[in-house]
Amino acid sequence: MRERRWRGPEGPKSPVALLVALVLASFCLMTLDSTAGGPVDSARRAAGEVFGPVEVATATAVRPFTAVPHWFRSKDDMQQDLIALQAENSRLKSDLATHDYDKNRLEEYDGLTAAARSLGTSLVPARVVGMGSSQSFSRTVTIDAGSDAGIRPDLTVLDNDGLVGRVLRVTHTTATVLLIVDANSVVGARVGRSMQVGLLHGRGALGTDGRLDLELVDQTAVPSEGDAVVTWGSEAGGPYVSGVPIGKVTHVYSSVRETTQRAVIDPYVDFGALDLVGVVVPSGTASDRAVIEANGTLR
Amino acid sequence: MTWLRALVAFAIVSFALVLQVSLFPHLAWHGVVPNLCLLVVVGAALTRGPQFAMVLGFAAGVALDLAPPADHLAGRWALALVVVGYVAGQVRQGSRGDSRPASGTVLATVAASSFVGTSVFALSGVVLGDPIAIPELLEVIVGALLWDLLLTPLVLPPVMALFRRLEPALAHMNG
Repeated sequence: MRERRWRGPEGPKSPVALLVALVLASFCLMTLDSTAGGPVDSARRAAGEVFGPVEVATATAVRPFTAVPHWFRSKDDMQQDLIALQAENSRLKSDLATHDYDKNRLEEYDGLTAAARSLGTSLVPARVVGMGSSQSFSRTVTIDAGSDAGIRPDLTVLDNDGLVGRVLRVTHTTATVLLIVDANSVVGARVGRSMQVGLLHGRGALGTDGRLDLELVDQTAVPSEGDAVVTWGSEAGGPYVSGVPIGKVTHVYSSVRETTQRAVIDPYVDFGALDLVGVVVPSGTASDRAVIEANGTLR
Repeated sequence: MTWLRALVAFAIVSFALVLQVSLFPHLAWHGVVPNLCLLVVVGAALTRGPQFAMVLGFAAGVALDLAPPADHLAGRWALALVVVGYVAGQVRQGSRGDSRPASGTVLATVAASSFVGTSVFALSGVVLGDPIAIPELLEVIVGALLWDLLLTPLVLPPVMALFRRLEPALAHMNG
């Protein structure tokens, strides 16, 4: 009989037992997470509280350098707009620091301000500090505003081009946003010209492939190419507020078998280059930063 | 001392995770970023063997699963990186004798690990019913593989040196 000796935790034993144990542990974690409200949710929250501020700090530290590749890579005006917006935003911050609330100097928030005015709600400005990788096959970003800024789950997130997504969960200083291009994202949408309603599904792709599929409820309604699509919204104001521009129709397919019209929507927002966004909050929300009110003022 | 080592190892993983989430999206190709956590796990496997790498892979995977902006079912990256730790660890066990693997071996290990890791994660999503299109899946796997190979010369040497220094006696004995 061979003597089996304990050689310490790092001993050159067959790693298969450990492999099996850890694989089973992973499956346990998946099972735990699939039940809503389980311990994984609090673990997720705790991880967010720890990693969130680190992500904010890192994003702030690398921001001056990340503008360089952006500048080289960009061919569309959008990048230029973003750079201008960043410059103007930092100027605004210095203005705020000197308590110079001159309304004429708020051009940088013009886009967001216009959005807030037309929606009749307040906007909490935030910046994207972390972005999920394609390897994870989910399109989510972290923003640097959390429950301290008055943000809670299921709020609408937009930028000055249109709808970005909705808040999934928050920590004190950060929030996780599900982008509308995520394959699990469903948005109630309305074709601006015909007022037809439908459901907008993400395709899970970013960049130029970042298209959305619109399935109209009424199969007799045929959207035409170039039609603008806005959010439908719900009575309670819940996940998405109504009237936020999403994109425009680029292709229309009709499926006889499924008796629905399917249209491909090109979103206004460039999801590969998100930076400054606004979170729609109820008017009068307490926040740790300047909130853009419905009448266009900063509070 | 063991706790200190574990802490340092986890600090490396956290650093990799934060860079992956906050810095590399600015350089991403179609949203594909280099999987730095995977590279750290491979580095651990090549210096310290499969046991350590699997435990570190599990920890790194759980961190990837829980840290914002992750939203997928927790445990999927943990599973993928445990498998990566095992696969990369086999390479080290196979090349027992020379303490430092050749750069060709390292590159091949990274390529295999990246392929295995991304595939295991994606396949777990397919099994769980995530809507993943196969062309997109292949694009992501190939993109991630190229990114990981590109970053290998920058990431693996310092990571492996660090892990070697963390446990010099053991690395020498096993290597």
